[in-house]
Amino acid sequence: MPSLKKLNHELADTFIQLEVLNQATQRGIHFPFFTQKLRDINLFPLRPVALEIFQVNVGKMCNQVCKHCHVDAGPDRIEIMNRETMQYCLDALAQTNIQTVDITGGAPEMNPNFRWFVSEIRKLGRQIIVRCNLTIIVANKKYHDLPAFFKENQVHVISSLPYFSAARTNAQRGDGVFEDSIRALNMLNAVGYGKDNTNLILDLVYNPSGAFLPGNQLSIEAEFKKKLKAGYAIDFNHLFAITNLPISRFLDYLVQSKNYDAYMEKLVNAFNPAAAAHVMCRNTISIGWDGFLYDCDFNQMLELKVSKTAPQHIREFNEYLLQNRDIVINQHCYGCTAGAGSSCGGATA
Amino acid sequence: MEKTYYNPEDLKKFGNISEFSPKLAEKFFSYYGEVFAEGELTAREKSLIALAVAHTVQCPYCIDAYTVDTLEKGCTEGQMMEAIHVAAAIRGGSSLVHGVQMMNKVKDILM
Repeated sequence: MPSLKKLNHELADTFIQLEVLNQATQRGIHFPFFTQKLRDINLFPLRPVALEIFQVNVGKMCNQVCKHCHVDAGPDRIEIMNRETMQYCLDALAQTNIQTVDITGGAPEMNPNFRWFVSEIRKLGRQIIVRCNLTIIVANKKYHDLPAFFKENQVHVISSLPYFSAARTNAQRGDGVFEDSIRALNMLNAVGYGKDNTNLILDLVYNPSGAFLPGNQLSIEAEFKKKLKAGYAIDFNHLFAITNLPISRFLDYLVQSKNYDAYMEKLVNAFNPAAAAHVMCRNTISIGWDGFLYDCDFNQMLELKVSKTAPQHIREFNEYLLQNRDIVINQHCYGCTAGAGSSCGGATA
Repeated sequence: MEKTYYNPEDLKKFGNISEFSPKLAEKFFSYYGEVFAEGELTAREKSLIALAVAHTVQCPYCIDAYTVDTLEKGCTEGQMMEAIHVAAAIRGGSSLVHGVQMMNKVKDILM
């Protein structure tokens, strides 16, 4: 399946996505502005707390084309971070005490400079998270040693597995993805990931396979642990329940399936002030494949760069100015504040 | 009056029943919330029970609400359908067990 960009789909245009999110729906519903919701709880303008996570999106290239992907990633996407931009990231990191580097994509491992980048971050003594889609490990012989590479660099692996059944996982991520993911999880377990007393952390990401919100994270984690252990002898550490945000391919799905109004209404009605106070954009800075800076990976995909008061590109990194910026928000932000909240680390409230 | 008895939009207006009787509604919703909280049964188990009961009482609002709720709580399609089969088995069994009453009566009055 080609990406929306390759298809010249109108929702590949971020301006149109924002238009859909901000205008009245076909049924004439105009959802309250997210800015107003924050104003009502004295959180507007939304300001950062201490920067803790340096999230680097090293490219949109991916071996999968998932139906809910907010990146619109896929094999036909060629936008990947070059080594020069990675070096700017390393230079910026060296100036800060930010302890966690969260590497995402696409499939970050497909970037030819990925392993070099991980090794260099490791030299800086920072904790590294890699958001691995699992199937990349078995996609090609050259990736089969990724579990060993992750172990060598003490990488914290966070992997998407939307459900413990093949039908639901494959419906969202593509035919055969569940089976390949299970093989990859077995390979990660074999080197010690997800096992007791190894310090090799393997967390899974659950996101709903449709137009509904994730339920209680702990309860779903317990069910995943039971099913994956009994069915496939798989161990993992924690499960993060993440809400699908109404952008890119998931927005396309919502519109096509006529679920957009009901889903947005659900997000808006489930607005939780406690989750709003703990949104991930407050302690994260997101770097795009071309080095531009964003408040989060979702803003990155909507091309909403950080406030003009802050540096726009990683080569101009200035922690003080970033720390004192106003965070850019829009209607998609309801996805992070609904119910128990949602972030790259799961529930927030 | 609506042209049909059931309108999906009315589900969202459930809370409006307080308009005509606020005190009773408040008591009901407080009780309802507590019933579905985690207890000796998990919230997930309670949601599956609610889904089964929704089919027994054949309430379209409840079926809508608890289909979404069970999905959100991570239930599989198989678990959801098994819950409905439990409801169906009890309904069917309930009819059939009364067959004993019929048989008793038959035996009472037949030579």
